[in-house]
Amino acid sequence: MKKLFLGVLTALALAAGGTFAGTLDDVKARGNLLCGVSTGAPGFATVDDSGKDVGFDVDYCRALAAAIFGDPMAVKFVGLTSAVRFTALAAGEVDILARNTTWTYSRDTDLKQTFLGVNYYDGQGFMVKKELGVKSTTELDGATVCIQVGTTTELNLADYFKENGMSYEPVPTADNAESQQQYLAGACDTYTTDASALHGTRVNLENPDDHLVLPEIISKEPLGPLVRHGDDNWADIGRWVLNALVIAEEKGITKANIDSWKDTKDAEIHRLLGTGDDDILAMVGLPKNAMYNAIKAGGNYGEIFENNLGATSGINIERGVNASWTKGGILYSPPFR
Amino acid sequence: MTNIAFVRKKEIPPSAPPITEVGLIGWLRQNLFSSWLNSILTVLSVYFIVIILWDFIPWAYGGHWNTKSLRECLDLDPDVACFSVLTARWKQLLFGLYPAEEYWRPTLTFIFLLLAIVPILFPKFFRFFWFSIIYPGLAVWLLWGGSFWSISIVYIGLTLGALFFLTLIRRYLKNYMIAAILAFLFTAVFFLFISNPVVGLLNVILPITLPFVESLKMGGFTLSLIVGVTGIVASFPIGILLALGRQSNLPVIKMICVGFIEFIRGVPLITLLFVASVLLNYFLPPGTNFDIVLRVVIMVTLFSAAYMAEVIRGGLAGLPLGQHEASASLGLTYWQSQRLIIMPQALKISIPGIVNTFIGLFKDTTLVSIISLRDPVGLASTIRADQKWNGIYWELYVAIGLMFFIFCWGMSQYSQYLERKLKTDK
Repeated sequence: MKKLFLGVLTALALAAGGTFAGTLDDVKARGNLLCGVSTGAPGFATVDDSGKDVGFDVDYCRALAAAIFGDPMAVKFVGLTSAVRFTALAAGEVDILARNTTWTYSRDTDLKQTFLGVNYYDGQGFMVKKELGVKSTTELDGATVCIQVGTTTELNLADYFKENGMSYEPVPTADNAESQQQYLAGACDTYTTDASALHGTRVNLENPDDHLVLPEIISKEPLGPLVRHGDDNWADIGRWVLNALVIAEEKGITKANIDSWKDTKDAEIHRLLGTGDDDILAMVGLPKNAMYNAIKAGGNYGEIFENNLGATSGINIERGVNASWTKGGILYSPPFR
Repeated sequence: MTNIAFVRKKEIPPSAPPITEVGLIGWLRQNLFSSWLNSILTVLSVYFIVIILWDFIPWAYGGHWNTKSLRECLDLDPDVACFSVLTARWKQLLFGLYPAEEYWRPTLTFIFLLLAIVPILFPKFFRFFWFSIIYPGLAVWLLWGGSFWSISIVYIGLTLGALFFLTLIRRYLKNYMIAAILAFLFTAVFFLFISNPVVGLLNVILPITLPFVESLKMGGFTLSLIVGVTGIVASFPIGILLALGRQSNLPVIKMICVGFIEFIRGVPLITLLFVASVLLNYFLPPGTNFDIVLRVVIMVTLFSAAYMAEVIRGGLAGLPLGQHEASASLGLTYWQSQRLIIMPQALKISIPGIVNTFIGLFKDTTLVSIISLRDPVGLASTIRADQKWNGIYWELYVAIGLMFFIFCWGMSQYSQYLERKLKTDK
């Protein structure tokens, strides 16, 4: 019955989708991009004291808007909770979803979405009090663990302790907020959730130095932007704006020095910034200087990371695996040619 | 002659009552320590109240109001409240993401709301009822902006339709039904063909516009009030009609009303909100912009109307059958007897239940945070996602709880006032 219902929905959605001219044309006709972001995920998307949208995912969408319109402000942010995010995308309420969403097989296939790449490699980590004397997750045998029920982190936790032949006692909580309160109240020895959230939480504890985020990451949570199935050109645009930001960091192109590359001998930079003779961006229907505008909007990948998640933001997440492949990370873009 | 040793000639002056029966001690004995069980409960209650206040008062009283972030609060004194988050964000909690230079609009809408409900709540101001009628259109125009004329044309159209109906009845026709159909057709023609050119013309001659603010920007208590007040006002008449329909002798009307009430009551509100937020988009043609706030308001109204219908049906059931028969024997028509005899009594009995439903509806508006609208509870998690305030819980929820308490307590006080005022049986 549920299958049938979903089938009918999908058929309707496809029938509806069939009348779209193409997402890029729709976006251009509307004059702004509709970007689905989280209603509140530290570092990834929120509004600041003055009501302005800020965050890692927000900056990606601004870059995309700049690539299309030359104006990073030509984007409307639609805050979406995890309960409605996929349906909002499928129903066309947003053009793109950049909502710290983990790329998984079933989301890619069953939900009929196209992930554009990975903009942040997250993973599940543990926070402990330093006085516990624990330096590694392998020493957590017999620990009480605060865990959010009904999430993938709960399953990962069970798998990990089983694999390593350790036992634990779960203290179930409803969300990160409750986990934190329970942990601080001493109800559990350690609390576990995505490492990016642990870092953000730790910085604002009463005495951050009394707490430690353990170095091990026990799960893969590759986060990335995604679009609906059915418009490959639109997916290409989103994917290559993300790649352009990564390449820009690799080549050392920053928001500040972006105008000083006119005389470089590197042909890829000329293709990227639209300063050479070929206009390869016409293939997807973007202006020649689209990637120039995208990088100019909020800087390259590294700058966006620093401003929203790194030292500048106050969250102080290390680059780690999210560093460029030239610096020991796994961030790697296919060539821009 | 009988010998009586002593006869009291004067009454003894009454001695003072025992000290344990009067004054403070008497009151305490009667109310707090009347039995050993009550004494234990009293001592326990006092104990719990004291330990809660012992922590809460210093926490709240010494709170920081002017720091720039939670980190600063913690560095100053980690044991007291960090109300700075309210200093930084109170505007967002009240107005959501509404543009700051337009804050006067929701503020004015709220002030007008207070003025518009006075004639409804207090009969001696009933002569200002016209303002209550104008108010909904005025509020929509102030909040969302756009052309003044495209809102007022709705009023103009409806007024013309009503005048047309009255003229037909008075001058030409006796049959209400035909007059109503003709008036409906007249109004439809007006809105389909005449209203647009008229609005266009008025916009050219005398443009009165406010900058457009989209629903995406609505939030905070402004949103709670939009959803709550609209739901309350709209669900009341719908609820009355449903309650009457459920008691009707006409089988089709009765079936429709029963089906609607039982369906809506059998489904959780959050499910209806999901339908509004998610499912409707699948069924509407792409590009249709069916406003999310409007969708939510409709769902909340329908939900509350079903409950209202049952509350009012309870009131109707509480009336003796003799009231119906008496009004019928006076020769009153169905609507006359409802209006003059039945409803005034049934509604009076239902007041506590009605206000109960209103209060429940107003608090249920916080559920919209689950479908991504930024009501105060939704905003709390948005605010916490800012690293400056990441980790703040109590301060935000205490403030939000206090705001809701003020509104709900106000409603409850009014209902008690109304009950006292309408009390005729003693």
